[in-house]
Amino acid sequence: MVPYNPFSLEGKTILVVGASSGIGQSTAIECSKLGARLIIIGRNVERLNATLSLMDGNGHSSIACDITNSEQLASMVETLPKLDGVVLSAGQSMTLPTVFSTRQKYDGVFDVNFFAPVELMRSLCKSKKLQSPSSAVFVTSIAGTRRWMPGNAIYGSSKAALDAMVHYFAIELGHKQIRVNAVCPGMVETPLIYSSGVITKEQMEADRKNYPLERYGQPADIAHAIIYLLSDASSWVTGHSLVVDGGITAK
Amino acid sequence: MYFNRIGNKNNLNKEIITMELDKFIANFAEQLDDTDPAEIKADTIFRQLDEWSSLSVMCTIAMVDAEYGVALKGDDINKAQTVEDLFNVVKSKKA
Repeated sequence: MVPYNPFSLEGKTILVVGASSGIGQSTAIECSKLGARLIIIGRNVERLNATLSLMDGNGHSSIACDITNSEQLASMVETLPKLDGVVLSAGQSMTLPTVFSTRQKYDGVFDVNFFAPVELMRSLCKSKKLQSPSSAVFVTSIAGTRRWMPGNAIYGSSKAALDAMVHYFAIELGHKQIRVNAVCPGMVETPLIYSSGVITKEQMEADRKNYPLERYGQPADIAHAIIYLLSDASSWVTGHSLVVDGGITAK
Repeated sequence: MYFNRIGNKNNLNKEIITMELDKFIANFAEQLDDTDPAEIKADTIFRQLDEWSSLSVMCTIAMVDAEYGVALKGDDINKAQTVEDLFNVVKSKKA
């Protein structure tokens, strides 16, 4: 008798973008442990291979692709099988006061954080790669949507824009039984939060204590929320943003 | 006329550094809102300015990137005491 598990991803084919690092990597690994067949996307072949080596089960594949490049994106989508799920987890941060935030700086971050995932979603729909039913999960952020810190305008506004798209995709794709949701993380221990070097280790230590659960998140904390949204357990959930943030926005 | 060429070169180097430092001090002072730029000198301990905050740190990092193409880190600013210290860190990273 098969053990009862409504959160199982057995028999599902899932695309994970941004799988070479951080939240995307952990998501690919955790999904594999729940029985999914994964296609993982990233820019770096070595790091994709590292992710593959940590995954359970067989039948997974990887494609090195820069999703901000429209040609690479189009070729990649063409090779895809029908998908039961997609996780859009590529992200870039930037710490810059608004007075220094030129159009060029916005464009760079928006290309990765907003236009790339939106265009990928559009391509998947246009090429009819998403099954009925299926589930798309965007990784957004509390930054720009629920918490606003000085220096975070570019990153935050890119995530706020992405958050809006979750609603639009959800309402337009609902009749096809394509569910679209977001997981909205607080600060998670990934290379992204250390990438700017502007915030010091001491400042981060102090910030961790601000969190009701007194720590930053681990990538698996976010992966598990994504898994809930990918699984049949969330069959009646769409257009929703699942905040996973150690309680910081509860204050 | 006879010119002491070696002497002139040394003076020219010192002049260039002084000009660079003065420009840096001016660029630095421009990020401050409540402090008269004339009060900011090479030996000013920036951390002790009333208005110094984490936003000042961010603005300094952004200014240095925009004007000098150098990526300062929060740690670099923590280790510096005076405006001239900051100038020296920027200069060493530019090299």
